[in-house]
Amino acid sequence: MSQNEIKDLEKIFEEKIARDERIEPKDWMPEKYRKTHIRQISQHAHSEIVGMLPEGNWITRAPSLRRKVALLAKVQDEAGHGLYLYSACETLGISREELYEQLHTGKAKYSSIFNYPTLTWADIGAIGWLVDGAAIINQVPLCNTSFGPYARAMVRVCKEESFHQRQGYEIMLTLCNGTEEQKEMAQDALNRWWWPSLMMFGPTDEESTHTEQSMKWKLKRKTNDELRQQFIDQTVPQADILGLTIPDEDLKFNNDTGHYEFGEINWDEFWQVVKGHGMCNKERISARKNAWDNGEWVRDAAVAYAEKNSEKEIQQAI
Amino acid sequence: MTNQNLIKYIYGIADNALILGQRISELCGHGPTLETDIAMTNIALDLLGQTRSYYQYIAELSKEDITEDDVAFLRKEREYLNVLLVEQPNTDFAHVITRQYFFDEFHFRFLEQLQESQNVNLQAIAKKSIKEVAYHRQFSRDWVKRLGDGTEVSHEKIQLAVSNLWPYTNELFMTTNDDVAAINSNHGIDVSGLKNDYFNQVAEVLNEATLKIPDLDFFQKGGKKGIHTEHMGFILSDLQYMQRTYPNMKW
Repeated sequence: MSQNEIKDLEKIFEEKIARDERIEPKDWMPEKYRKTHIRQISQHAHSEIVGMLPEGNWITRAPSLRRKVALLAKVQDEAGHGLYLYSACETLGISREELYEQLHTGKAKYSSIFNYPTLTWADIGAIGWLVDGAAIINQVPLCNTSFGPYARAMVRVCKEESFHQRQGYEIMLTLCNGTEEQKEMAQDALNRWWWPSLMMFGPTDEESTHTEQSMKWKLKRKTNDELRQQFIDQTVPQADILGLTIPDEDLKFNNDTGHYEFGEINWDEFWQVVKGHGMCNKERISARKNAWDNGEWVRDAAVAYAEKNSEKEIQQAI
Repeated sequence: MTNQNLIKYIYGIADNALILGQRISELCGHGPTLETDIAMTNIALDLLGQTRSYYQYIAELSKEDITEDDVAFLRKEREYLNVLLVEQPNTDFAHVITRQYFFDEFHFRFLEQLQESQNVNLQAIAKKSIKEVAYHRQFSRDWVKRLGDGTEVSHEKIQLAVSNLWPYTNELFMTTNDDVAAINSNHGIDVSGLKNDYFNQVAEVLNEATLKIPDLDFFQKGGKKGIHTEHMGFILSDLQYMQRTYPNMKW
């Protein structure tokens, strides 16, 4: 293809994005667009399936049958999200096996929040309330992102996440209306999950490397700092209703700006966890890798059986 | 039949669903593919949903002021009346599938008959559950065939699972005194009548899957009378952990 032809295609592509039209898998797209989308969508898919693990820990120990069924259904939803997102990613010309390989070797990242341990039942409430709450704020704008398969997957993901968030909050509310011990459990979970939840929005705008290009492609509509502020403004009043204290001595409402001011985030901790030094990084990856490696013979059997059967069908047809 | 007979009869049905549901739940997030992970979780969800229906009915029947959770979480090991098959561990995917298949062939036939029970509650639960169990059986049967007639490795693994789990099949068709009381009053069904058809069908599927039926004349039993394998205590430790550690609280 000549340079001029490529320029024409680029022009058509840019115009489509400017008109808020969707880019579909068969449309021409710049290589950088394709790569960026593979990176972001796969990172999102990996986060869904790694995210199944910390919550999955509590399925067998859930305190009531109703909670057990709800948690199981929730973790299953995460698997479903992983499935749509991997499928969306595969339309960009990469296989599921390659994507898993990138996760298992550490080449691809997933949300660092899932490297924190779930230590009590209240963590399941806190994850729903805070982690899913933060995820929704990050993800709602993606329902209108430029890449069609991703945008469509996100519509469904966001609906389910919003249900999960309410479910998590309801767990917290039940604990906070319960005994002193239950309320302490809820406060302890908030203490441990608050700061990592704020880190979910990524580095500050000054430090963030992908923002500008992502804004142009509508992979992002607001900056990390704007989204973080939105989360804090939305969540602090919810903590007040629960009667819980946000673990930040510097947190105060600024009447002039209409926003909460908050304390310094420990970015050193953030980068340490990203680099693999969180409490559960190794366990999470090895759990995923074990599932995949131990499942190899199962997948091979399914393929072998399908091949045998299609041969039989051909023989019968002859 | 006394109220107590009926309650114990229902334990014998519902505890299978609870313990198998709990066992499968352990696998959530660890399946060989995302698709099988989702499918197995669905089965667990169905079984736990069925468990709730039975236990809610038991709570109604009970003279004490109890809930489905008291029934699920606060009994002693001897009071759980599930068969030994469902408490067997998730050794590997071949064992998971074989355990499921051996149970599903029974469960489907059982519910088919329970739909005819004179007890309207049990009848209603059976009518709802059988649709779910028809799917479970399709899923596990298909996988038995895939693994049996897949690769050499998969064949060996599932043949081992069939051999290991076969001794637990016969207990499905034993009747306890409470079963007899429930059968005589037309609330329950006589599982011993399902046995021949069950073993014929299982033989047919194993045969199609190129698997051998173990040549055994001794079978394990005990679960239906509350005498379990060593695995049961560990299952209950997880299952009951919250309710035992934090008694009398709402969750």
